[in-house]
Amino acid sequence: MDNYNFDVIVIGGGPAGLTAGIYLSRAKMNTLILNEGTAGGQMILTHEIANYPGVESISGYELANIMKNQAKNFGCKIKSNVRITNLNFEGDIKTVEVNNKEVYSAAAIILATGGRSRSLGVLGEDNFKGKGISYCATCDGDFFQDKNIIVVGGGNSALEEAVSLTKYAASVTIVHQFDNFQAFPQAVEEAKRNTKINFIMESKIIEFIGDESLIKVRIQNQRTNDISEMNIDGVFIFIGYKPNTEMFNGLIELNKWNEIVTDENLETNVAGVFAAGDSIKKKYRQITTAVADGTIAALSAVEYINNLKVLHQV
Amino acid sequence: MLRTNLKHILSEEEFKNVIEQNENVMICCGRMGPMCIPVYGIMEEIEGEYKHVAFRDLEFDAPHSHVITNLPECRNFYGIPFTVYFKNGKVVKATSSIQTMEQVTDILNKNFGKE
Repeated sequence: MDNYNFDVIVIGGGPAGLTAGIYLSRAKMNTLILNEGTAGGQMILTHEIANYPGVESISGYELANIMKNQAKNFGCKIKSNVRITNLNFEGDIKTVEVNNKEVYSAAAIILATGGRSRSLGVLGEDNFKGKGISYCATCDGDFFQDKNIIVVGGGNSALEEAVSLTKYAASVTIVHQFDNFQAFPQAVEEAKRNTKINFIMESKIIEFIGDESLIKVRIQNQRTNDISEMNIDGVFIFIGYKPNTEMFNGLIELNKWNEIVTDENLETNVAGVFAAGDSIKKKYRQITTAVADGTIAALSAVEYINNLKVLHQV
Repeated sequence: MLRTNLKHILSEEEFKNVIEQNENVMICCGRMGPMCIPVYGIMEEIEGEYKHVAFRDLEFDAPHSHVITNLPECRNFYGIPFTVYFKNGKVVKATSSIQTMEQVTDILNKNFGKE
């Protein structure tokens, strides 16, 4: 990719970013999507999408590939698996440095970095990822046939996945930091009815211990501070998502949850910098809402650039 | 068969041929799931940069997947994909679960070099 100057750079290649890429390229804007992961974002994590209008049933991977090809066919450049190493949003020309070497510039930027699964961030967690610790029940559940496992979390994902993991595991212990669950009542009831599921409430895992694979965890009661150890074969962690906005800290306005604050045109507090998708402050996070955000941000960016051109002609 | 743009290993014989006929080989054994797809994506992205490495995928649920899953280097793995790196037919590195671009290229550079 020899050209380093673009009309718009989209950071993030999930449904919001790819939609922005489609709209921008179709509007003849020279557009680059820079993506720190694989094009498709969290959409590719979904086995089956059955509520995307116009498509009865499709895998997230397939839908992501269609969106990616659609953007490319309109002329959008996509660079995946890069590392964003520096950002400068000051002035009319904004720059994005990638992998500590290439610097791309554009008149407008769209931030569509989405979110990611939270990890516990406790001692030993990194050492045992894939060796007893998992973040995906459908991927790794069958490794734990007749084993004893823990599910961490108290939301819908945690409770639903705990129930689904009882297909394989001998026992599932849900460890949750509060004394009540955030999941819908029916999900809680279903988990409580399942005889394979036990509960350890008001408690947190504070350390993962093992050698070549996970052997046990240390659990701390949040009310008494008592610490106990529990032998365990596997731990599945479902404690929600957080926006991928660390790199924007100090550059644009973020709220206390680190979500990007935008106006109704999805422009941030910095002129020419727009945002879309799961990383912005909003209530509902769906593929359809991300796609809508990508559209609005792209059209707003086009309008911004056209106004900028008029301004410079005067 | 996995729906990726990588070359697939479809039999035990093909596996043997790939590791015998190529000095450097990276094989990702997984499913079409959230932990595996990002690794296939990385392999597709860098395939052109590492022409001295043969990149292949192998379906975890295929009967011949034992060529990877039964490797001693994978015995403590509890997360897909199982990604195994071979040099001259011998395993030089194996990883379990999702990996980043940086982790993959570090392994490639360290074990196979970069042309």
